[in-house]
Amino acid sequence: MPLAVADNRDLAHDESQDFVWTLNFGPQHPATHTTLRIVMKLEGERVIDAMPDIGYLHSGFEKIGEHLDYNQYVTVTDRMNYISPLANNIAWHGAVEKLLGIEVTARCKYTRVILAELARISDHLVCNGAMGLDTGAFTFFLYAFNQREVLYDIFETLCGARFTNSYTRVGGASQDFTPLVIEKIRAFLRNFPKTLDDMDRLLKRNRIFHDRTKGVGILTREEATGRSCTGPVARASGVTRDLRKDEPYLAYADFDFQVPCMKTGDCFARYWVRMEEMRESLKIVAQALDNLPGGPINVGIDERTALPDKRQVYQTIEGLISHFELTMTNRGFTVPCEETYAATEAPNGELGFYLVGDGSDRAYRARCRPPSFVHFAVFPHLIRGHTLSDVVAVLGSLNIIAAELDR
Amino acid sequence: MNDAMISTLEQRFAGTSSSEFRGQMRVVLRREHVFAALMWLKDAQGFDLLVDVTCVDYLNYRGAADRFGVVYLIANTETSQRLTVRVFLGEDDLTLPSVVSLWKGADWLEREVYDMFGIIFTNHGDLRRILMPDEFTAFPLRKDYPLQGRGERHNFPVLSRDRS
Repeated sequence: MPLAVADNRDLAHDESQDFVWTLNFGPQHPATHTTLRIVMKLEGERVIDAMPDIGYLHSGFEKIGEHLDYNQYVTVTDRMNYISPLANNIAWHGAVEKLLGIEVTARCKYTRVILAELARISDHLVCNGAMGLDTGAFTFFLYAFNQREVLYDIFETLCGARFTNSYTRVGGASQDFTPLVIEKIRAFLRNFPKTLDDMDRLLKRNRIFHDRTKGVGILTREEATGRSCTGPVARASGVTRDLRKDEPYLAYADFDFQVPCMKTGDCFARYWVRMEEMRESLKIVAQALDNLPGGPINVGIDERTALPDKRQVYQTIEGLISHFELTMTNRGFTVPCEETYAATEAPNGELGFYLVGDGSDRAYRARCRPPSFVHFAVFPHLIRGHTLSDVVAVLGSLNIIAAELDR
Repeated sequence: MNDAMISTLEQRFAGTSSSEFRGQMRVVLRREHVFAALMWLKDAQGFDLLVDVTCVDYLNYRGAADRFGVVYLIANTETSQRLTVRVFLGEDDLTLPSVVSLWKGADWLEREVYDMFGIIFTNHGDLRRILMPDEFTAFPLRKDYPLQGRGERHNFPVLSRDRS
């Protein structure tokens, strides 16, 4: 959107509003964290209107989804919400498995739950840390990033990649949990609550942080559902919907955890909900690790969906045939000519994929329902009437990830 | 409750058909009923959350009669019920009534469908391109649009350092 368009839209020719000032925010600005742009109308320091302009990072992920097969596309989902790629992997293959009608093994469900919750912690650490950073709490940010590094170390031990994990596969995962991974997760479970308490104490009674976030960017309950908000943003406004509880997928029905909610709906509430969610995630991870089922992580070779491990390929004829069929382009999965939508509770909100299968091993349509996109649409509503310095607090509390926003 | 709702929907809006796949309830509405049916679902059945609006281009899809299918995913935040509402559009008329007046969240979602597929939502109020640049002329997620584009970048004005 050129600036001229924004100028012409409503106010520029109204002489009674000559005092209104247009400010361009982004696309490159330290506080946007990613590439997004907002054109704001200011009256003094007060924002009277904001027009988001997005698309700077649009890379056609949904179009690529129609040209890569179900296993290849997981590498693209890594790059959507890149601060919690494992959650995207799990959402993508959850949707694919629903379309194909595959029931993954108990061990796979538990490992996916553990990783989804660790991804949630790493996402919330970055989001809250960056929000602290934007409102002046640099130490808080460093505490958060230090722990995120520990999580990335776990992911690296698990699958060899820190950032772009591409961990899941149709009907299973690329690697099984090794004792070393479990050991590292247990160490994280032991050490992290202390850091979380420290972080809590840094901001819980911090006057500056309270003044910057309380009463800023209020989203009421009706507005939250009416504007399609989900996840922590909706739960900070009093919506109790959490897919882990309401539509238990994977193994979430087995665990005892709470869904933290707030009623005030301001930036502080969103911060608080994320902090509390991390504690609940720790509870889930601890329970899942204690009850981690044995057995294979991939579905059996009879189902012909997950690549068998090398021992089976070299030593059994079934494994060899299965491996051959899965790697040949004209064989592979049997995909119904059907459409499904499967959603997961990603750290940011409801992350779902609407998949259309056409019988081939590529999706006919791979629509991603991105939470950031929906939440950023709420931004003009939240910022109206607040000051320019509140922009960063509201942006931080919505956790806008531009790669997911534009896809 | 679900079955009763579906049968009421089929009685009220002629030509509605329903199906189920992997536990997911889906209805197909006729184009003229879309707005009224979604309003009824929201007001009388409590579907207060519009999860997503998207579109599928069925060009050369096996057994497809119409070119486009617009998909509304709605949910009830109280009962966690979900419903997929679909409507098929032929190539001759790509207009649909906008549901922004029902759910404000439809604003950007419909703009994205317009941007990517060229479906016109009437009464939307602000139907502009959202992800692609304003001067873009094609609809990139249509099936007749190639993966590698048609060289639109060559038409972009190039700014050099001394002219900018």
